[in-house]
Amino acid sequence: MTGGLARLGRAALSFFERLGRGHLFLLQILAGVPGLLLRPRLVIQQLYSVGVLSLVIIVVSGLFVGMVLGLQGYNTLADFGAAESLGVMVALSLVRELGPVVTALLFGGRAGSALTAEIGLMKATEQLSGMEMMAVDPLRRVIAPRFAAGVIAMPLLAAIFSAIGVVGGYFVGVGLLGVDEGAFWSQMQARVDLYDDVMNGVIKSVAFGFVASWIAVYEGYDAVPTSEGVSRATTRTVVHTALAVLGLDFVLTALMFGE
Amino acid sequence: MKQSTTTEIMVGVFVALGFAALFMLAMKVSNISALNDQDGYEVQVYFENAGGLKVRSPVTVAGVRVGRVAAIGFDDQLFEAVVTLKLNPGVKLPADSSASIFTSGLLGEQYVALEPGGAETNLKEGDRITLSQSALILEQVIGRVLFSKASEGVSK
Repeated sequence: MTGGLARLGRAALSFFERLGRGHLFLLQILAGVPGLLLRPRLVIQQLYSVGVLSLVIIVVSGLFVGMVLGLQGYNTLADFGAAESLGVMVALSLVRELGPVVTALLFGGRAGSALTAEIGLMKATEQLSGMEMMAVDPLRRVIAPRFAAGVIAMPLLAAIFSAIGVVGGYFVGVGLLGVDEGAFWSQMQARVDLYDDVMNGVIKSVAFGFVASWIAVYEGYDAVPTSEGVSRATTRTVVHTALAVLGLDFVLTALMFGE
Repeated sequence: MKQSTTTEIMVGVFVALGFAALFMLAMKVSNISALNDQDGYEVQVYFENAGGLKVRSPVTVAGVRVGRVAAIGFDDQLFEAVVTLKLNPGVKLPADSSASIFTSGLLGEQYVALEPGGAETNLKEGDRITLSQSALILEQVIGRVLFSKASEGVSK
């Protein structure tokens, strides 16, 4: 009985300890971010590995998600005689929800896991301790640029995803299923609002980028410095990113669109 | 050095692509007209019932959009809805024009339709449109039809 209670207590304490460490870690990174303005090359290097290398998967998934939305939406809307609203449906689903969320999930799997593995291996091979020996703060030199690059890259990737998705929906809707081209674009433009829809989507993607990058660098930095520890940390990054993004998405959606 | 220039170019392409996508979402997907709605002039209309009209609903003349609903309020002296319309600057309408609330299609959104009158002077900032026709409330119409059918039955 007491043994079970003690285990529960230990689990809760270690959970809160991790949570607290995560937040302190975040504060330390944020303190290191302004210094990056003096050394933009560090961020550019990371933008390449986080952003440019994620581009292919984002473009391909965006295209297919848009095409599937076009097909599914057409079948449902045609029942109500509203097939012309296909553009509205595709654009709103992408800009408000699917763009930021799916991009964040892909980002966690593609870029986040890579960040965790890289930082975890740096720790396991004692490169981070080596930097400290040379009086180079690894938080500022290694972690902060990666975090900043993630926060910058995420909204851009989400915007590319949404734009490509709309084009995919256009291909299927107008090219394949014969929805009127003028109605497709004009209804979309009439219903999608620049501030309420597009800007809220951008805000969401920034928030997701922040959380996903934070989880990725923290898991890497906090990993047990063995090959098993690094592999576990990488798995945790993907799982935690997915959970955090989906949970946060509900909160943000309730704040933005719930009346 | 060669390596890092390539990296920089790729990152440049990526950032440019991202902004191009945002630009496309703003210009092609959403209604950028929100930005040029700033200027224009406002007129007020009193409706007995504003129905499902919303702020930013379209205002049309002869089916052409000439402005948007800027605000919807309630007048506690007349117990009527006060709808402020923002009309585009180029739109000139006679001062005795009338306003009605219509629904576009069976399930569509509601909009304000203006019907030009025959006056010599034009509407200007702060004017009030006196002739108005309220929104059609489906329940009231059905109620009226049922009531008239029922009274027909009684008279027979």
